[in-house]
Parts: sequence; C-alpha cells; structure tokens
Amino acid sequence: MTRFRALVEVSLRPGIADPQGATIERALPALGFEAISGVRAGKAFRFVVDATDEHAARKQVDDLCRRLLTNPVIEDSAVTLEQA
Amino acid sequence: MTARIGVVLFPGSNCEHDVVEAVNALGGDAHIVWHDDRSLGTVDAVVLPGGFAHGDYLRPGALARFSPIMGAVEAFAAGGGPVVGICNGFQVLTEAHLLPGALQKNRGLTFLCTTVEVEVFSDRSVLTSGVEVGSRLRIPINHFEGSYICDQSTLDELRAEGRIILRYVDNPNGSLADIAGIANAAGNVVGLMPHPERAADALFGSTDGRILLGALLRSALAWSAVAAGS
Amino acid sequence: MEGEIHRALGLTDDEAVQIERLLGRQPNHLELAMYSVMWSEHCSYKSSRVHLKRLPTEGQRVLVGPGENAGVVDAGGGLAIALRIESHNHPSAIEPYQGAATGVGGILRDIFTMGARPIALMDPLRFGSPKDPRSRWIATGVISGISGYGNSVGVPTVGGEIVFDECYADNPLVNVLCCGVLPVDRLVLGRASGVGNLAVLLGSTTGRDGIGGVSVLASAGFSDDAGAEEAKRPNVQVGDPFEEKRLIEACLQLLDESLVIGIQDLGGAGLTCATSETASRGGVGMDVDVTAVPRREPGMEPWEVMTSESQERMLAIVTPEACDRVLDVCRSWEVRATVVGRVTESGRLRIVDGWDGKVLADVPAATLHEDAPVYNRAMARPAGLDARQADDPSRLPSPPDVGSDLLALLVDPSWVYRQYDHQLFLNTVVAPGGDAALLRLAGPGVPTPTPDDRRGLALSTDGNARWCSLDPRAGTALVVAESALNVACVGADPVALVNCLNFGNPEHPEVMWQLSEAIDGMADACRALGIPVIGGNVSLYNESRGVDIDPTPVVGTLGLVEHLRRRPPGLNLVDGSSIIMVGAVGSLAAAPSLAGSRWAVELNDHRGGRLPDLDFVLHARLLSLVADLVGDSSGLVDGVHDVSEGGLGLALAEMAVNSGVGFMVRGVVDHAALFGEEPSRVVFSVPDRSLAEVRRRVESAALGFVELGRGFGDRLFIEGLVDVNLAEAVDAWRSWLPAALGVELSTAD
Repeated sequence: MTRFRALVEVSLRPGIADPQGATIERALPALGFEAISGVRAGKAFRFVVDATDEHAARKQVDDLCRRLLTNPVIEDSAVTLEQA
Repeated sequence: MTARIGVVLFPGSNCEHDVVEAVNALGGDAHIVWHDDRSLGTVDAVVLPGGFAHGDYLRPGALARFSPIMGAVEAFAAGGGPVVGICNGFQVLTEAHLLPGALQKNRGLTFLCTTVEVEVFSDRSVLTSGVEVGSRLRIPINHFEGSYICDQSTLDELRAEGRIILRYVDNPNGSLADIAGIANAAGNVVGLMPHPERAADALFGSTDGRILLGALLRSALAWSAVAAGS
Repeated sequence: MEGEIHRALGLTDDEAVQIERLLGRQPNHLELAMYSVMWSEHCSYKSSRVHLKRLPTEGQRVLVGPGENAGVVDAGGGLAIALRIESHNHPSAIEPYQGAATGVGGILRDIFTMGARPIALMDPLRFGSPKDPRSRWIATGVISGISGYGNSVGVPTVGGEIVFDECYADNPLVNVLCCGVLPVDRLVLGRASGVGNLAVLLGSTTGRDGIGGVSVLASAGFSDDAGAEEAKRPNVQVGDPFEEKRLIEACLQLLDESLVIGIQDLGGAGLTCATSETASRGGVGMDVDVTAVPRREPGMEPWEVMTSESQERMLAIVTPEACDRVLDVCRSWEVRATVVGRVTESGRLRIVDGWDGKVLADVPAATLHEDAPVYNRAMARPAGLDARQADDPSRLPSPPDVGSDLLALLVDPSWVYRQYDHQLFLNTVVAPGGDAALLRLAGPGVPTPTPDDRRGLALSTDGNARWCSLDPRAGTALVVAESALNVACVGADPVALVNCLNFGNPEHPEVMWQLSEAIDGMADACRALGIPVIGGNVSLYNESRGVDIDPTPVVGTLGLVEHLRRRPPGLNLVDGSSIIMVGAVGSLAAAPSLAGSRWAVELNDHRGGRLPDLDFVLHARLLSLVADLVGDSSGLVDGVHDVSEGGLGLALAEMAVNSGVGFMVRGVVDHAALFGEEPSRVVFSVPDRSLAEVRRRVESAALGFVELGRGFGDRLFIEGLVDVNLAEAVDAWRSWLPAALGVELSTAD
C-alpha cells in the first residue's frame, strides 16, 4: 500500500451563476485590483488515501467526488494526487 | 380515517415539531420518524421537514440523503406514496435525486426569513391537488440556499409536464423561473422552499399554509385507499 | 519568579497572598491557573458584586434569582420561563462572525442547563459609526454570525436592537438574551450531590482555544519558544451549531428521563468553573481525572485542559446506575460523553493524573468562587458632567426643515432581522420590528396549548447610552421604564428583568461611579414598578481608542399575557381612526427637554442637558392601562406605539410607514415637542366606535389624554411643522440601514 495526499477542488460548473464569486469580483476595483476578473468561488478538501497505486487511489477519490463531495448538477471537481 | 404522516427527523432538523403540530391541528396524525431507522412503519405520507440536517455541512442535504431511513423513503416514493420536502427537506430530495435540479445560495447572499406571496401554478401534485391554479398564498420562507437551478431541458420538462407547482410572485432569491416548488413526474414527490406549517394559524399571521397541508392530508388518504386496494 | 507568574496571570499580590492563606501552602502552577481564571473579573464580578447587591431580586413569581445559570419565573399553568442575558463584546471585536456565533451558543447552554427548551433569542447590538469601514465589517460580520449560528441551531431570534455610535468604534457591544420554557417540575440546578456519583463531560472535544491570559504559563519556564507555543493557542473560538443542536436535544432528553442530578454548562473558565461550581453549590467535593478529558490535539498540559474554553460542552452529574443509559442517550444523538469526575465528600476539588495517578491540584472547591475577592473600587463623578448637564439643547436653533429631520431618524431594521429565523416553533405572534416580541408560551417538549387556552410572553431589550452618559441613574431608570412600556404595548404585564451592564474600565473612578449610579437607577425603577431583577451580566473594560464607552446598561424585560386571544394591533394607523396620546401628556405645549434625544445627539451632535423627569407612580398606572387596552378582546384600539427615542414625531412616522397610512395631526407646538423624549407616553389609533370607552378608561386611570388628529391619506402632516409624502418616508425608512452598511437591499417584501 502507498499513501497519497489528495487535494479535491470543487467549483461551480461553467455557466452556473456564482453570486459569491460575482460579489467578490465587484468589490475588486474599489480595492485597486483592476486587472483581476473571472472570479469563481469554490471549496477545497484535503485528505490522505491508501491504495496500491496512483490509479487505484484516483479511482477511489473520483468515486468519492461523484457520490459525496460534489453535486454533479451544479459542481465539477478537480483532483490532485501526490505520494505522501 | 385519519391520515398518518411520518415526519423524518435528521440530526439538525428543527421544523419537525412545527410540522407535527400543524398537521395534527388539521386533523392529521403526525409522528416523528428517526433518521437511523430503516422502516417508515405504517404511514400514508412522509414529510422531510426544514432545518439544518447534519449542520448543512458540505451542502444542504448532502449527508442526510445517506441516512438509513432514506432507503425506505425512496421505496415509499417509488410505490407512489406522497413525499413532501419542505425547505431543507427539498434540498435533501434533490440531493437524493428524487427531484431534479439543485438549490443554490440566495441571489442576495444572505439568509432570508420573511413572508412571500406564491402562486399555485399547477394542481398536479399531492400538495396542490384540488387547489385552484392561479390562487395566491402568503407563506413564510426561511432559507439561505433556496435559489432553484436546473438545466434547460429539465426546465422544459418541468414546464411541459405541469411540474412547477408554486412560483414566487416577487422572486426573493433569484430562483430560476421564479420556482418555489416542484413535483416529480408522477406528482407524488414534492419539494418546496416556503414553509406551509408556518402559515397555519391566524395568531401567527397567515393561514394559507393550511390549504397546502389540507391537500396533502387528502392526497395521503386517497393514496392509502388505493394502496390498500391493490 | 513565582511573583512574576501570578502577576502575569492577572492576579494581584494581595490575591496571591490570599490564595496561599486559603491553601496553607504555595499553590502550584495548575492551582494558580485555576484561581486566576475563577477570580477574573468575568467569572467573579469582583468589581461589581458590592453594587449588584442593591438590586431587588425577589418577587412572587421568582423561582430562581441571580447567581444560577439563568433566572427562572413561574409563568403559571405548570410552566416556567428561564431568562438570561450575556455579552460577547470583546470576542466580537476581534472576529465578528465567530464572536457573535459563540455568544449565541454560550447563552443557549445557560438556558438548557436549567432544564428549559430555548425558544427565543434577542440581540441588542451596538457598533461604531457606519461611516467607518471597520465598524461596517464588524456589524455585518456579527449579524451573519448570529444568523449562521442561531438559525442552524434551531432557536428563533425574535428581536433586539441595532445602534450606531462612535464610542463603540473598536469595541462593539454584542449582547445576547435567551429565553427558555420548561415544565416547573423539570427545573434543575447546577449542583453535584451524592458521594460516588459521576461527572460526565458531554459534547465537543477540548482544545487549546480560549485559554487567553492563562497561556502565560506556557512561557513560564516550560518552553524555550514562547512564540511558537502562543501560535498553537487560537484566541478565537469557532462555534459548531450542529454540535450544539445535538447537545440541546441530548441534554433535554436526559432531563426528561430524570437521568441527571445536576448539570452545568462549560463557559468562562471551562472545566475549572463547571467542576468547582457544581461541587461547592452541592456542598461536596470532586475528583477530576484530567487524562480522561477527550482532547482535540496531543500534548496538552493539565492547566490547558482545565482552563480551556472550547465551545459546546456540558458537565452532567449522574448516579453510577444511570450512567449507562446516559451514555446510550448521548450516543443516539451522536454526542460524545465521557466520565471525567467523581463526587467526593471532601469538599475539595482535586485534579488527578489518572484515577490512581498523581494529585496535580487540590484546593477547597468553594474557595474558587465564594472566596473570590470583592473590591469596592474608587468612584468619582466625572469632572465635566455638571457643565454638560447645564448645556441644554434648547439653545440649538430650530431646524429649517423639520420634515427632513424626521426622515433622517427613520430606520427600518428589517435588513437585519430578515436574516434571522424569527418564526421557528410557531410561537411568534409579534415579530421583530414591533415594540416588543410577543410569543405564545409553548415549545417542543412542553404540552401544546389549545387555541382557547393560550398564554403569551413578551420580550424587549433596551439600552440608551445617550441618556445614561448624561445621567446614569436617571437614564437607567428611564431605560427600565421604556422596556416595561414596550412589553405593555403588546398587551403584557412586565414580571421580571435581566441586565447586561456594559461599562468601561473599572479602574477609572468615573466608570465605577457610572456603574454604581446605573445600578441605583435600575434598583429605583425596578422597585417602584415591581419588577424583580432575576439575573445579569457585567461587562467591563469596554474601551475604544483609549476612551471608555458611554455607560450602556441594557435590560431585557419579560412580560406575561394571561390570555393570548388575538394579535395586538402594533405600529399601525387606520384611515379615519383617531390618533390619541395617553400618559404624561400635559407637557405637549410646554417644550419638553431635548436632552439626550436622538434629534439632539444624532442630528446636532449635542450631548448635554438634563434628562426629563420620570414619575414612577404614573408610569405604573400607564403600564396596566396600556396592557388592558391592547389586550381587550373586543379590539378597542387599532394601533399602538410608545413614544421613546425620536419622540412623538418618530412614533407617528413609524406607525405610518409600518401601516402604509398617513396622518393629519395638530397641536404640536415646535420641534422640541416633536422630538423630545419625555417618558410615559403612548400613541394609540382608536376607531370612533370605541373612542369614548378608551377615554373613559384613560381618565379613570387618572392619566392624561389628548387627541392629536387622525390617520389619513398618504402624507405625514403635522400642522405648521411637517408635510412629507408617505412614499418618500417609506423609502427613507427602508433604505437607511442597507445604505449605511453598504449592502444591497434584497428584493423580498
């Protein structure tokens, strides 16, 4: 068994309204951040996963994303794995 | 005959007592069903009440849908039994894929507790059956994540099949197509953000919620009679 | 070295000597830490106790007075009401969201500790000027924190206040009141008894949060790297409303099944406080196995465990026979439960390192609070106060546009309370925005009343630093009078009061004088009006930018309604109904004092003058008359509002914007008569059919009666002074708060 560190980033799917991201973006010019746009809010999860290899680890994490960590109706996830 | 209504209590639910009280005041027989049970017992309808099941952690309804009782609720719904999710209960039903779409944060990014006007848009559901389409009801809302969203084909389907049952007259939260409540294709599973149990006694304001809860009690008895006969 | 440690822990040299005398030896570090948290101002009330004794605390209905976790009154019909108010000012200044959230969590535990189901919260809030971005950040964060925690934990927030004044710029006042209902026979007290009984710790794990001043021990010779030690100790505690919700349900079930002998929440001073208080109140001792306490992180020292203020924890005293069932109930609610202590007959609190391990601390339990020092600190009337009182706002010029001044005072707080669930449990008859909240007396776990046998309870929180800084004694009496009148306006009789005394630094003699005067004013008013004080909280060291805040005693008044038959008319006008004013109305033409009024202070920055007189005897008659008129089952009046902050003008304007009906009023001589805040006055809207009857009742109560005009049309019209379009007034009213806070007004309503 190998231990992997996983980072799951959950964000709203393209095209889904993101009032939080939009509100942050609206506040930026007043703070002097003129060059920043396209803000999208999301969540991140960190955990460790034990698996025989990276492929098996990814399979578990993808399954977790699909069944629990995201609502596929509105959210996408991106998974980063690295050996611990 | 008295309609027996099971009100599911998840850890973090908080409107279960209110639903029981309002249903019983209308002559129903409501009791609490524990999330950890695997059976609903004998019920003629199920209500998933409002609140913050599992603290709304991760996403509202995301953890509650895995409660042991949800297997029984899904089976009951599949058999045609009336299932109504109010507020957090609506969120649970979408997470459990018993209803399409999802509920997002309100447009104004604040929690909203206020009384709104909703229009009955379809009577093809256990909650609006027999209620005049086009009638307007004053019912409180109480949510942070109540902005309904779904993809275009789902919306087309909801419209074509008369499954949008309640619409906001003055949209408070950015909900798609002013949707306040929807039903599944068979009309026996309903989700709505407004709280009809909070509009069931003149002392507290509106009594319009009795119209919806009364329809649910009638639907429950009607279903029970059919189920007993089959 | 030892001397440095006690001082660093906040103990004076005299206090250290006293501890040594009590123990008959030198205390060790753990013992010193325990005394330092228990003898802190927050836990011991050492600066205020000598004054608090002057408050009247007894009454026919009082079941539990000050000193327990909450006051309890008999509400009749086998039900009792538990009430408490607290401050979370300093945590909210650092982290507004979590500061306010954990304040809500703490007060809830004080209520369900008594066996009561919490059914209502109220939040009197005070912030710096909204022109200051930091004050806006604090205000919006606090409001979100109350909303986030209160809504999720499932207790409705039914009212409060929101006040802005520069004196609160760096030091907001975040007070929170909670009210609970219980069957009288479920009342439990936080005491241990029965040698051999067990102390079970319920709820969250114990972490390094909230250790505060005691953390100086980490650098007292144990660690080379004090900075790194400090970094481990977050000052900000994070609330978990889901944990608290399960804790409420589990504890109420334990009490319903009569499984606990005593129960106590863990608040300030954590386990030290809960174990020593339950033991000493029960006249017993307790052994605590510090190793049994479930921890959030490894490597915690015993003093960290014993002084941690981690949230969402309770201590229950149970018999060994009941213990298994207690653990079962907790398991069903997914609440952690661990036996951490045993009741002993020694009268001593002993901290042990495992049941058979070393004794780490051994002190007489009662000495931790009963022997806490009491200080009668120096007092002095502030030097400039006489000159300030002599400078009356009557010297200010008349405003060129009285109507626009009136609009400037109109504030709709609904942007705040719409974020609070204020309806849960189906009790809320009068929601936030009225004179007082009015609730049905009911709740989960107590018998549901039938529609024709309903009782009600009313709650109002009130404070007024504008009045109290001019004259803390008279100002506080006026605050109590107004609070009582607010509950009368929803038809209730005031029966009890709790206070939250927010003051500056007690080491300043002027602040101690303010505190002492305020307590005397409260005692005067409560005695005269027959309202016992059943609990309170003192928050000192409220300073902003080196200046003490204005004295801000806040009171929460509980009223009862014997028969709750109909919704009170509230802030309402009816087109065609008469508008009358009742009470101390002889001065309508006599240019009353504007001292301490919102008009003088907020619009003219004038903070001088002498407060108007308050006639307690007349006020008491007014309270019963108002409750009688409002509660009359035939609907004698169709609108009611007391005249308070903003004066008669604002009372009329608020009735107009709330009802959408304008008015036509005559006989108000000038802006002082319009904006003066003289007490003991109430405005009613009365339909013609009952005008004669209302007049008869007012006159038989020997109170003044004056007809002002009628509800009419779509203008706010006061002859010779004001003529404003109602729509314009509604717009000014709705938009002020969102505009001041820089937030968007939601489209709802």
